[in-house]
Amino acid sequence: MDKVIMAKDLSLSYSNNETIINQVNFSINSGDFVFITGASGSGKSTLLKSIYGALKPKQGSLIVGGVELKGVLKSKLNFLRRHIGIVFQDYKLIKEWTIEKNIMLPLIINGYDKSITQSQVQKLLKHVRLNHQSGKYPLELSGGEQQRVAMARALAHNPILILADEPTGNLDDYSSQLIWNLLEGAKSQLNTTIVVVTHHIPESINVDYKHFHIEYGSIHEVN
Amino acid sequence: MKSIKNHLSLIIALLSILFSIQVFIIADRSIDAYKEKLANNYSVVVVSQKRLTDKTLLGINKIISSVTELEPDGIIKRLNANISPKNTELLKLTLPKFYKLKLKYFPTPDEINELTQDLLKNKNIKKVEDFSHTHDTTYKLLLLFKGVITVFSISMLVVTILLIFKELKIWQFNHSERMNVMGLFGAPVWLRSAVLFRLSIVDALIASVLAFIVFAYISSSTWILQHFSDVGIEVQMFNPVNDFLFLLVIAITLSILLASLIVLGHKEEV
Ligand SMILES: Nc1ncnc2c1ncn2[C@@H]1O[C@H](COP(=O)(O)OP(=O)(O)OP(=O)(O)O)[C@@H](O)[C@H]1O
Ligand SMILES: [Mg+2]
Repeated sequence: MDKVIMAKDLSLSYSNNETIINQVNFSINSGDFVFITGASGSGKSTLLKSIYGALKPKQGSLIVGGVELKGVLKSKLNFLRRHIGIVFQDYKLIKEWTIEKNIMLPLIINGYDKSITQSQVQKLLKHVRLNHQSGKYPLELSGGEQQRVAMARALAHNPILILADEPTGNLDDYSSQLIWNLLEGAKSQLNTTIVVVTHHIPESINVDYKHFHIEYGSIHEVN
Repeated sequence: MKSIKNHLSLIIALLSILFSIQVFIIADRSIDAYKEKLANNYSVVVVSQKRLTDKTLLGINKIISSVTELEPDGIIKRLNANISPKNTELLKLTLPKFYKLKLKYFPTPDEINELTQDLLKNKNIKKVEDFSHTHDTTYKLLLLFKGVITVFSISMLVVTILLIFKELKIWQFNHSERMNVMGLFGAPVWLRSAVLFRLSIVDALIASVLAFIVFAYISSSTWILQHFSDVGIEVQMFNPVNDFLFLLVIAITLSILLASLIVLGHKEEV
């Protein structure tokens, strides 16, 4: 099976050189549905940052989609990122764009033509139950609504890998279920690889999944 | 709302730069026009023992544009009306010759000195009257005027540029969020900064058009035209094609430069 993510003796730290992730080894296969748990401040978001190339490996190697991220060229990283969909913990929506345009962003970057973009965005707005708000700006939405926009944006371009940082952190049970259904659908219909950081794994989840736990800078798989 | 404010601050900054540049150009043109007028009124008088040909005089210094011989009749008339015509002719021959030299442009004091020296090297020339005292004062006044305008324009430029640098940080902040997010979804640098460049070029266009309107208005204002005609000079204050294009090129260059500074200064956050 294809390995979408492969970490070997991977260490991560910020500019202050404090080690957050310490020499970890793990791999994630194509089509895997992975939950990552861990205490607040344990380094879950940090690990995701390294997977989308915002934080370079301090030591060891990290290969994502066949691309070694240690010392990766900017152009190659951009290419890789165009095939990843990310839901950020702080959403990172573009404030001066309508939510419709925010969801379009990955489609614009990937150069899809207007009609495909339009129909894809309408479909996603319906899926996250925001089709009546498409003309609003992010700051006119509730936190949970913004989070659903972020999810729609991450799904827009049918990426091969979705990284979601607490995608249901601000949602009620009903909306959370919406999100889990969308992620399950992406896995089962498009074989998308999915990595979700969460504080607890939903009991209702309907797919086989792996569970990694981060503690004291190491990662181990929970069975 | 906030974005309109950002637009305005760049437009106003560009406009004030264009304004000070054009004011400097107008002042420079006025001074040139005034110098030409002075050159037309200014002349050097040469007294020579013998008749000199125009060619000889013109060959003495390149700055001389024309030579006129001053008729001695008036002088003779004043001497004595009773001199016989034959003696008058004789007297005319012995009288020194007077020549009025017109210059091509309004000379600097140094150029006047040089001209005087050159003229006196000719052994026939006995005296040169260059009216250098009056000339000196006028010339210094012109220089002072030009200096004041230059200082004014430069200080306006400096203040505007300082303001722009202060604003630059805010613009950088406003654009960095979008550029960052686009980068996280793999947008290449040109696409990330496309909006920024488009905005700044639009701002440059708006500023240039505003400058056009301002100067078209100023150059047709009778109040200002009256001032110029009082001084006796004719100056084109704003050429709607050349000057406009010049200002447009400056505005676009500046705004592209600013946008590039923002793009170069953008650091991907971790
Ligand atoms: N930009 C940064 N610069 C320096 N240190 C950072 C930065 N971001 C995070 N850290 C540190 O790295 C550690 C891990 O942070 P991280 O955001 O990965 O935690 P997390 O597991 O996602 O926590 P949470 O569940 O609260 O989101 C923390 O100690 C934090 O202080
Ligand atoms: Mg986190």
